[in-house]
Amino acid sequence: MAITTTPGYDALPALITRLTGDEKHDRSSFSTLDVLWVLYDRVLGEEDRFVLSKGHGPTAYYAVLAAKGLIPTELLDGFGDFESPLGHHPDRVLVPGVEFSSGSLGHGLAVATGRALTGRRVYCLVGDAELEEGSNWEAVQYAGRIGLASLTAIVIDNDSSSHGWQEGVERRLMLEGWVARRVDGRDHEQLAAALAPDADGTRPRVIVAEVEPR
Amino acid sequence: MTSMRQRFYEIAREALDEDERVAVVTAQIGTDSVGEHPRHFDVGIREQLMIGVAAGLAAEGYRPVAHSYTPFLVERPYEMLKLDLGHNDLGAVLVSIGASYDAAREGRTHQAPEDVALVAALPGWTIHVPGHVDEVDVLLRHALADDGRVYIRLSEETNHARVDGGGFTVLRRGSPGSALVLAVGPTLGPVLEATVERDATVAYLATVRPFPHGELRDALGSGSDVVLAEPYLAGTSSAEVAVALQDRPHRLLALGVPNAELRRYGTGPEHRAAHGLDAAGIARSLDSFLS
Repeated sequence: MAITTTPGYDALPALITRLTGDEKHDRSSFSTLDVLWVLYDRVLGEEDRFVLSKGHGPTAYYAVLAAKGLIPTELLDGFGDFESPLGHHPDRVLVPGVEFSSGSLGHGLAVATGRALTGRRVYCLVGDAELEEGSNWEAVQYAGRIGLASLTAIVIDNDSSSHGWQEGVERRLMLEGWVARRVDGRDHEQLAAALAPDADGTRPRVIVAEVEPR
Repeated sequence: MTSMRQRFYEIAREALDEDERVAVVTAQIGTDSVGEHPRHFDVGIREQLMIGVAAGLAAEGYRPVAHSYTPFLVERPYEMLKLDLGHNDLGAVLVSIGASYDAAREGRTHQAPEDVALVAALPGWTIHVPGHVDEVDVLLRHALADDGRVYIRLSEETNHARVDGGGFTVLRRGSPGSALVLAVGPTLGPVLEATVERDATVAYLATVRPFPHGELRDALGSGSDVVLAEPYLAGTSSAEVAVALQDRPHRLLALGVPNAELRRYGTGPEHRAAHGLDAAGIARSLDSFLS
């Protein structure tokens, strides 16, 4: 696995520690870390939108937002406290820089679809277990059938789905017309290449970012 | 006369042509009536997606309209109303058809008399229950020009004439101290018939949230008896009346659709009568409450 030496990336563990006050980090926040970093460091343009649907374990998200100057680093202290705008699920009303308030699973992909219908380039991050929620599949089917090329879904696959996805979760999206690609969710080069905008695309894309099993 | 539903489709088509902010999201119901337009998105029979897409469009600066039968617009995607719109602080206009029992022959699956109570349980919603097609016109155009979360409940039941304003309107004054009968939306017709020979103040309301506490209090004057006639779940606005009159003794009769399964098909008027919401039923309830 290629870990870049960007100072910003190296600063993330310390920022996460500042959030949790604990050297030991829960794995759900870590599963998204590299995808989030590559998105904010190399992929997202000013006009692009990012919908974090999987709002569980948002410490990696807050750490990346802080590293990128989208939220003040001081906010990381007091994570989850009454006075803090940073909760265990992000709230776009409380935190400028957060584009979608999430926590309940299965909401982001539909909202991302609505945003993408306007022609906006939209990235939406979901989890492989989150995809158990049926509401996701309404969006998967619709976006696939209408060829919503401005939409990119990223599935963090840490094999946490309760009953598994036979032959890989991406197979279901491909059946509905999505372009699918599975990459190493820790490899920044692979992630950046897969997530780069595809101006000639005619279909929605799903990037399955595989990380260590939960 | 044009139905509320037809008028809604006319206005939606017009708004799509004239206001580039407006987008319409449907889920098979009303899709053909709204017609093809680059900002009309039919998502198929996927109501959760319908509300999520509406929220996404709102986040991009559009004024989304979502539409279906009451159970499929409010109940099926209820958490999307709460989170995608409410918690994300995004606006939309939700327009339902079917009301409480317009779909009498379809049965319980197509009926949601609890819709207004459900939407009212979420913060920040304006709720309109128009009683006449011309009121739909005014309320809908106003909602389209606004940014907030608006629920407009259309019905086949209709009053004989429109009442202007949408807010709390006193139509008839009783003697000082007489009862106040507040008719919501299409209950006005039967309420007027049931009160024709009764000494009571009769008021009308099409916009039930936010609830007009002050106006209700003023209209009651020195009286203490309030009768609420709502065309949906009985008692939906009882707590609002309690708030309006919290510091004074009062009695309240809340008429509406009982919280019970009727398990009958038939017609809307038959359901209205079965729920005691026709003129005869309301008169009986008034006799008993005010005697």
